[in-house]
Amino acid sequence: MSTVAELASSNRGYSYAFLDEFAKRELRRRILKAIAIPGYQVPYASRELPIARGWGTGGLQVTLALVGPDDVVKVIDQGADDSVNAANLRRFIARMAGADTTTDASRATLIQSRHRIPEERLQEHQTLVLQVPDPEPLRSVEHDISKARLMHAEADYGLLWLSLYEQLVRYRRVTLGASYPCLVHHRYVMSPSPIPRWDVPKLHQSAHLTLLSAGREKRLYAVPPYTDVRPLEFADVPFRVEDQRGWMCYRTGLQNKFMNELPQTGGGAIYEISDTGFVEKVLRKVPDREAAGSTPAQAAVGATYYDDEGRFYIDGYLR
Amino acid sequence: MVTSGRDAPRPVSAHAPVIVTSPPLLQVRGLVKRYGGHVVAVDRVDIEAYAGEVLGIVGESGSGKSTVLRLLNLEERPDAGEYFFDVPALAGRNLFTLDRMAQRRVRTFDIGIVYQNPHLGLRMRNTSSGNIAERLIVAGERAYRTLRLAAREALAASEFPLDRMDDPPVRLSGGMQQRVQLAKAIALKPKLLLLDEPTTGLDVSVQALVLDTLKRLQRETGVTTIIVSHDLGVIRMLADRVMVMRYGRVVEQGLTDQVLEDPQDAYTQQLVHAKL
Repeated sequence: MSTVAELASSNRGYSYAFLDEFAKRELRRRILKAIAIPGYQVPYASRELPIARGWGTGGLQVTLALVGPDDVVKVIDQGADDSVNAANLRRFIARMAGADTTTDASRATLIQSRHRIPEERLQEHQTLVLQVPDPEPLRSVEHDISKARLMHAEADYGLLWLSLYEQLVRYRRVTLGASYPCLVHHRYVMSPSPIPRWDVPKLHQSAHLTLLSAGREKRLYAVPPYTDVRPLEFADVPFRVEDQRGWMCYRTGLQNKFMNELPQTGGGAIYEISDTGFVEKVLRKVPDREAAGSTPAQAAVGATYYDDEGRFYIDGYLR
Repeated sequence: MVTSGRDAPRPVSAHAPVIVTSPPLLQVRGLVKRYGGHVVAVDRVDIEAYAGEVLGIVGESGSGKSTVLRLLNLEERPDAGEYFFDVPALAGRNLFTLDRMAQRRVRTFDIGIVYQNPHLGLRMRNTSSGNIAERLIVAGERAYRTLRLAAREALAASEFPLDRMDDPPVRLSGGMQQRVQLAKAIALKPKLLLLDEPTTGLDVSVQALVLDTLKRLQRETGVTTIIVSHDLGVIRMLADRVMVMRYGRVVEQGLTDQVLEDPQDAYTQQLVHAKL
């Protein structure tokens, strides 16, 4: 492992972790502010990066501002570690920061993710960085950004409830899939980035720190550890996660994890768990068990947010 | 017999006259609003309205009557003036100096408004029932079924056809849009109802029906109402008292019959005769 001094030496041609020191300081200060005001969108000076806006520049800047040579980095794109975006970001971070990489969610110290939160419960020493395309939860109901800001200031979120009401009137259910608005620390409504509804409860009273960053919109916000995060819901129409009961992962045989639906010729579909790092661990564990401890159990599958019966780990959170 | 308007619920105003001893529900003093330095839209206007009363404001276009209403609805800040509302939580406090949050609370709970242009008062692309539900949501209601029921009740009270309660206002007729606005205005049973030319732009027969609804609602709920109109017929039908405005000033005020039958001010005379 290289030291910061080596990595930072000028003959490499780049600053350590790519961003210059001013950019990193800017980001760190904004991150501190975001943590201090949970759910509040902090504007920041978003830098140019060697990837295009919309490909995770917000998340990448936060990751680069936080990463050190001792970190273990995992990058997730739609649950997968091996998609083009995830692979490139992971390689870039590793090369620029000298950090180790992994696909194992419980081994990582820094997880940058797009669209998913891992199935295994994250711990206190971990930081989750979510890439956010649109940080403004009020965008769909108020297109004027300065008005939206005023609404945040006054905690005037009636319009979001109204949009839920309208969905119930028109479709008899809430049709929001991803980016389900939730109230953070009883104060600010935030968009939890395009994670599915399945992942929203994972933010509530979580042990880990979550940082959400939008590079194009130049805003970042945070859910500090052990903070209340409540999806908007009516008293008599509770928030529900995706109904995937009866879906079984064809690779692991598990149920009640967030699944990808793979359409088959002939009209049917098979399902696989979307979190590939988790699948890898489960599959690796099975032969271990059969070999009766011939190899050291290198990666025991940790406790998950949802158990095999689909119950969320915090009792009574999902009604 | 002297009845204290505060203790007893007010009797039906149109039929049983009582001596009013309570202070006015609404008191505005020295209201001034200028636009752009030299346009004086409202010039030292005083308004008093008692509980259960209907006050009409008439005047030609540009006389400042709509501006008065916007100021009363706390949509704009006046350049001078005091505004008192005789409800326990706000007693003795000038509403114009409240902070935005407090003003919003007043607008949510104590004031209902119907605009001439439904686009100002309604979210045209949301459902009609949703427009009413929004008010209750802002007031803190979080049960879907309660919202549905309250929306239905308010729409029924304003005689809106309930089978269309989930149509967006863009797809409703003008008269229906005004009924949705009215339902939204009365959903939280406000103390003060502001009507800004509520029937202008409707054809005569629909206008009559909407006016009937307004009159009935006002009589049933006894809500203090301020109605702005240039149509003396509307004022004659609804208002107990009338204020005539011109160039931002009140030129004459008094009981509706008195002012309209025996106008003293030259301008009011002109106005009345132009109408007749």
